[in-house]
Amino acid sequence: MDLEYAPEYEAFRAQVRAFLDEHGAEAPRAGIGGGGGSRERTLAWQRRLIEHGFAARTIPKDYGGYGAQPDLLRSIIIDEEFARAGVSRGIGGQGASMLVPTLLEHGSEAQKREFVGPTIRGELLWCQGYSEPGSGSDLASLQTRAVEDGDDFLINGQKIWTSTAREAQMMFALVRTEPDARKHEGISYLVFPMSTPGIEVRPLHTLTGNAEFNEVFFTNVRVPKSSLVGRRGEGWKIGNTTLRHERNMLGSTSQTESMFASLVTLLQTETINGARAIDSPLLRDRLVRLEAGVLAMKYHALRLLTCELRGESPGVAGLIVKLVGCELNHQISGLALDVLGELGPLVRGSAHERAQGGWPFQWMFSLGLIIGGGTAQIQKNIIGERGLGLPREPKAA
Amino acid sequence: MDFGLSDEQRLLQDTVRRLLDQAYPTTRAREISVTADAHDAALHTQLAELGAFGTLVPETHGGNGLSFLDAMLVAEELGRAAAPGAFVATGVLAVTALRECGNETLCKELLPEIAAGRTRIGVGLAESYAVRDGAGVRLERGRLQGTALFALDAVGADRLLVHCAGGLALASAHQAGVEVIPLDSVDRTRRIAELRFDAVEPAALIEGTPRVLAAGRLALAFDSLGGCTRALELALAYANERKQFGRVIGSFQAVKHMLAEIAALLEPARSLAWYAAHAFEHAPADALRLAALAKAHISEVTTEILRKATEVHGGIGFTEQYDLHLWFRRVALSRQLLGGPELLRDEAARLRGWSA
Repeated sequence: MDLEYAPEYEAFRAQVRAFLDEHGAEAPRAGIGGGGGSRERTLAWQRRLIEHGFAARTIPKDYGGYGAQPDLLRSIIIDEEFARAGVSRGIGGQGASMLVPTLLEHGSEAQKREFVGPTIRGELLWCQGYSEPGSGSDLASLQTRAVEDGDDFLINGQKIWTSTAREAQMMFALVRTEPDARKHEGISYLVFPMSTPGIEVRPLHTLTGNAEFNEVFFTNVRVPKSSLVGRRGEGWKIGNTTLRHERNMLGSTSQTESMFASLVTLLQTETINGARAIDSPLLRDRLVRLEAGVLAMKYHALRLLTCELRGESPGVAGLIVKLVGCELNHQISGLALDVLGELGPLVRGSAHERAQGGWPFQWMFSLGLIIGGGTAQIQKNIIGERGLGLPREPKAA
Repeated sequence: MDFGLSDEQRLLQDTVRRLLDQAYPTTRAREISVTADAHDAALHTQLAELGAFGTLVPETHGGNGLSFLDAMLVAEELGRAAAPGAFVATGVLAVTALRECGNETLCKELLPEIAAGRTRIGVGLAESYAVRDGAGVRLERGRLQGTALFALDAVGADRLLVHCAGGLALASAHQAGVEVIPLDSVDRTRRIAELRFDAVEPAALIEGTPRVLAAGRLALAFDSLGGCTRALELALAYANERKQFGRVIGSFQAVKHMLAEIAALLEPARSLAWYAAHAFEHAPADALRLAALAKAHISEVTTEILRKATEVHGGIGFTEQYDLHLWFRRVALSRQLLGGPELLRDEAARLRGWSA
């Protein structure tokens, strides 16, 4: 066990810091919901990051990336230093994190050339069309159909929980192309512009009071066959690569840690009857309880990182991050509300609001994340079946 | 950057586990649990021959001079086997106290004896963090006077190490004025005791540092993690074998989810424990706080795990004939020993500067 980084990595860390010292001020302001700075500034920052290898780091140069060999430790160091400096890591989103790795693995040469560069530069924004009203946890039962019609597919159906559908120019979607095949084998992976006639986007207002998601309706949407990524009927496998890329992003706990740091500050600054909240033994006890949970996940992430570096399987330890991390975030924001008392439920814009209404928003939104991306219950099935080797639920007759 | 067990550490775990599987099956644990001192002399010798008691003893004093984390892995395996309590008391608490006290003569005399498995030391520290009912040992004209509660592994021990006047006093257990009274707790696999001293001459007075307490807290935390590893193994085996309504109960989500929750509680707790053990040697400025925080967290988690593991078993888990209760009870005692969760979180907050 050795938590020191080798000298070559410390040298790399120094390079990252030097970059941040020199260029950090050019970055759009990081923060919840982003929204700091113009689109021009955001795109310029993204180009700067790629040029120095701090974004699209391992994407081949031919497709507009930086072309470095994958090196998990360097990626972690970049994350750590940007988080420490509070500087934006650039444009993420489902295009860069999910679509690009999928295209690199399964896309045609033409698709890679057309989409990868603009996506990593942030010029092309994507949304993901997976979930449907009737297909949530049982995603493979999806019913949106794409029927072959000459050189095109005609798409009919509906997607839901589509974030950024209003802003995105493109969608990557799972659709049923082979209605007679078994459910996992009848799905294809398509990419197409959101401006295609017949696509209608309706904002989906959630429990938080905002519309973080959308519903997308397809009525005779005609897309060329060249929209297909990989082969017909292989969409489930290809879509799962995308999900694997999502899950493989090692349980970054930096967001949880920074939320916890904000909670500590809240307890140290908020006063009740003239005394700081942290001077209440009851609130302090809850704070320390959460601190232990946060630290446990921080070192758990380091342990998983080590497994990845050593090429070892972490076993069941690798499957619990989503379940535990999302729960922890919900509890951190929940304690903030209790510290605030009646101030806690005050939303953005109210008199006496705290943190621009950020805590009640986080508290509600984090419940959404417990459900989204595979519910807590689905996570427990995965942990039980893949991690602990328990038998699957018998199929319903 | 490498945050994981080394090959040597895995070998150590494996070696201790194999010895215990063979020398200390639960049938043996049950025999030992009805004896007065809950001590297995034969096992003690075998563990000493393996080098377990010398894990933390420097090579210059006849030990192996291994890392603190190595010692914790031994404690974890002993917890997994529900083995007697000599390792935590003698191998961790007493050895740490001796190593930290700066009394080279005493180290020379005792550490080789401990490493060789020839001496057992009962340790009473409760009055250093929570005094109950007028307990406490004081020095009166150079002699020990008073009562220490909840001493670990003191029944049948050769020597006693007890909190006294801000430091630690070492005394032979076999002398006039010393009384060791076993306290019956829910955990029958280890004994705790009340120590009474009436004008007892100490063999030595040494400085007691908070690091001794921290070392013991971590050892108990690892002991409980070991118990939970075993509890999960038992619960999984049972869930894969027991049939109701025509199918194994592990295929029901209600049962599967409890087992998943156990894994989700256990694995991050283990990661925290590794770090706290690592920090004990490599980040001393934060070691006390981390030990308190880790033990508090692990006590909460392991209590919850044993409860869930018992529920997975249903009725059989509640019987004495089945083994699971050994760990349910052991974890329940360890949760309170050397400080329960609230006390430890309070201490962690103080060490973090969050309270006066």
